[in-house]
Amino acid sequence: MQAETGSSAMGGHGGPDRPATGPSAGGAAGTDKDVLLSVRGLQKIYPSEHGDVEAVRNLTFDLRRGELACLVGPSGSGKTTLLKCISGLMAPTSGEVLLGGRRVTGPPKDMAVVFQEYGRSLFPWMTVRENVELPLKNAKLPRNERRRLADEALAAVDLPHADKKYPWQLSGGMQQRVAIARAVAYQPKILLMDEPFAAVDAQTRADLEDLIRDVWHRMGVTVLFVTHDIDESVYLGERVIILSSSPTVVQEDLRIDLPDERDQLTTRGLPRFTELRGHVYEEIQRAKREAGTRV
Amino acid sequence: MRLVKNLGYALGLPVLLVLLWWGYTLVSSNFYVPEPGEFVTTFADVWFGERFFDDVLPSIGRLLVGLALSILLGVVAGLVIGSVRWLRSLLEPVLEFFRAIPPPVLVPVLMLLIGVNDQMKVVVIVLGSVWPVLLNTIEGVRSVDPVMTETARSYGVDGWSRFVHLVIPAAGPQMMAGIRQALSIGLILMVISEMFASSSGLGFTIVQFQRSFAIPEMWSGIAVLGLIGVVLSFVFQRVERKVLAWYRGLKEVENAG
Amino acid sequence: MARTRAGRSWGPAALGALGILGFLATWEVLPLTGLVDPRYLPPASEVLAELGAQFLSAGFWLAVWQTVRAWFLGLLIAAAAAIVLGLVIGSSAVLRRATHTTIEFLRPIPSVALIPLAVLLFGVQLESTLLLVVYASFWQILIQVLYGVADVDTVAQNTARSFGLGRLARVRYVTWPTALPYVITGLRLGAAVALILAVTAQLVIGSPGLGREIALAQSGGAVSAMYAFVLTTGLLGVLINMAMRVLERRALAWHSSVRGEVAV
Repeated sequence: MQAETGSSAMGGHGGPDRPATGPSAGGAAGTDKDVLLSVRGLQKIYPSEHGDVEAVRNLTFDLRRGELACLVGPSGSGKTTLLKCISGLMAPTSGEVLLGGRRVTGPPKDMAVVFQEYGRSLFPWMTVRENVELPLKNAKLPRNERRRLADEALAAVDLPHADKKYPWQLSGGMQQRVAIARAVAYQPKILLMDEPFAAVDAQTRADLEDLIRDVWHRMGVTVLFVTHDIDESVYLGERVIILSSSPTVVQEDLRIDLPDERDQLTTRGLPRFTELRGHVYEEIQRAKREAGTRV
Repeated sequence: MRLVKNLGYALGLPVLLVLLWWGYTLVSSNFYVPEPGEFVTTFADVWFGERFFDDVLPSIGRLLVGLALSILLGVVAGLVIGSVRWLRSLLEPVLEFFRAIPPPVLVPVLMLLIGVNDQMKVVVIVLGSVWPVLLNTIEGVRSVDPVMTETARSYGVDGWSRFVHLVIPAAGPQMMAGIRQALSIGLILMVISEMFASSSGLGFTIVQFQRSFAIPEMWSGIAVLGLIGVVLSFVFQRVERKVLAWYRGLKEVENAG
Repeated sequence: MARTRAGRSWGPAALGALGILGFLATWEVLPLTGLVDPRYLPPASEVLAELGAQFLSAGFWLAVWQTVRAWFLGLLIAAAAAIVLGLVIGSSAVLRRATHTTIEFLRPIPSVALIPLAVLLFGVQLESTLLLVVYASFWQILIQVLYGVADVDTVAQNTARSFGLGRLARVRYVTWPTALPYVITGLRLGAAVALILAVTAQLVIGSPGLGREIALAQSGGAVSAMYAFVLTTGLLGVLINMAMRVLERRALAWHSSVRGEVAV
């Protein structure tokens, strides 16, 4: 498999080859130095009582530094498996993940993960501040530095006065913001988010989506955002990677050419938005139809 | 006014019971039931003298030493065994069996193995009260939320740090439940070891009173044991309230929602 | 650890069995090496052989029966009293507050403190054992029943009241089902405590049962027999534990929530 710069839909398409009509595929070509995350030929097979299950067959894509990419797919498309392999929490059966050129064998230092179950990810015996500062404390940062980073992160997620509270005293949306603050304070090079807004009400979700774009702009961090919400993926991402059903491969890699300044009302009203989301929707439907027919 | 009401609730029933007791002794002279007044004076006579230092303090001392050891042993071993999966599977049936043995039964056994002395009494307390701490700690470690474990891993919180910041607090509620059980078992064992195999101590003294039919004295001894139990329970509750404040808050929110 | 196709569930059970074997092996070897005096700790094989011999003896089964009888009767009396009192006290805020201090004071009193009293009143009969067993188990079950009644949903209560259900009917249709899981937990905890006290009473007082057999064996120098009886009490404890867990599962199969063990 050639190492390619930028990102393009690599091999492993099920079904007939489709010409690249409609939205252009792949990202602009950049140099190798631009690539932060490289997923190559990722495969995951789960042993089970009834025979091995190939959850993920071949995932290959690159993320450039500072990119915000969304990952969508039908349910059962191995999104969570992929995220666990990328974050080093699970070992793939074959293939590899490279972060900054180095192979990922365990949770890498420059990466932060925000999980969907915020209520179970924050430690209930610690205050908000202690939760946010824990990874920094673990990294042996001096106290003043920790405080500063935590204060900034909490301000960035608009929770400047919540630091002495306990997570369970906060609403769901606020808890998720604390989890984001914890990730932000850690100052990672790449931020992985696993359907972080799935368990949150629609109103809060809209606020959190804007928060993510805001944080992304300010920090210049690379973001890989996994979601099942099609609209969300198009609204948030510079790029949407569409996964097929299990055994999963990259079905399409779509560039989102919406303006960089996005707004819940106007952006979602743009005709281009509707086009893009329609296309993603079609692709997901296709993926669902082809489930079980692919060998 | 509120204070009076609270006091009324708190003291009402006890006072009523004492009055009934006194009334009963007025109308009948049951040998087994001393009068309240006599009881109080006997209590002071018996326990506020030499006996306090000869019998009470050593008994309490052995109890506290035994409990401290069993908590330490139970927590440390529990953390280790709970964290190593194959070790847990290996030891669990054996440990569950040991836990099922009624602890006082160990007294005659240890009398044989160690003899009748202070060490034996402390060992009895340790061997009897370690099980709830140990098994509850193992369970607590085992049931740490996997999402939290993954979160810790993803941020590189490993090893010692992981124990201090994740495992121990997460297992805290289970541990405390185990420690509470250990307290009551320890107290039982302290008494039994002294009733069965001793020539000094609280348990022995009370049995002596019973054997010589010194009824008010016997009751006063029962009262002392009761007081020790109450004080232990009270202290434990205070400690638990502090250590598990977060847990209570969490549960309140969960139950309300 | 062997990971076969169907192997996932094998591992722990096999390890557990291995652990038991390892323990028995250690027990066998320890006295033989002389690290522990074999007079005071006979090797496992001797004790197990003695246990086997006991299984054939009528006296052994009589002692087992006496222990189980004391356990069962005591638990029954304690449960009846605790459930009734718990329901009554729990349903009334006034009663709850009035009894709170008394309960919190009486509850931590170790029931073994009552041993001298039991001896005076009943000597070495079954009643002595029952006094201790009942006192200890009562509090365990009462506390749980009180928790259970406190957990009753006020909305459900009010709905029932608005439909004209009287006190007794409300207890039957609203209070009892809510409190049931707690009652079962209380029974499980009470059952364990009841066994401990039953054997303890027999041990110290000398009322009939396994506890007394242990004391007799120890003072009479029948060391293997003593260990055999100790093992028997453990086995009894394990059986009771398993039985209570089965009861818990069966009775609560329909109940959606699973109560954590932590609120003891």
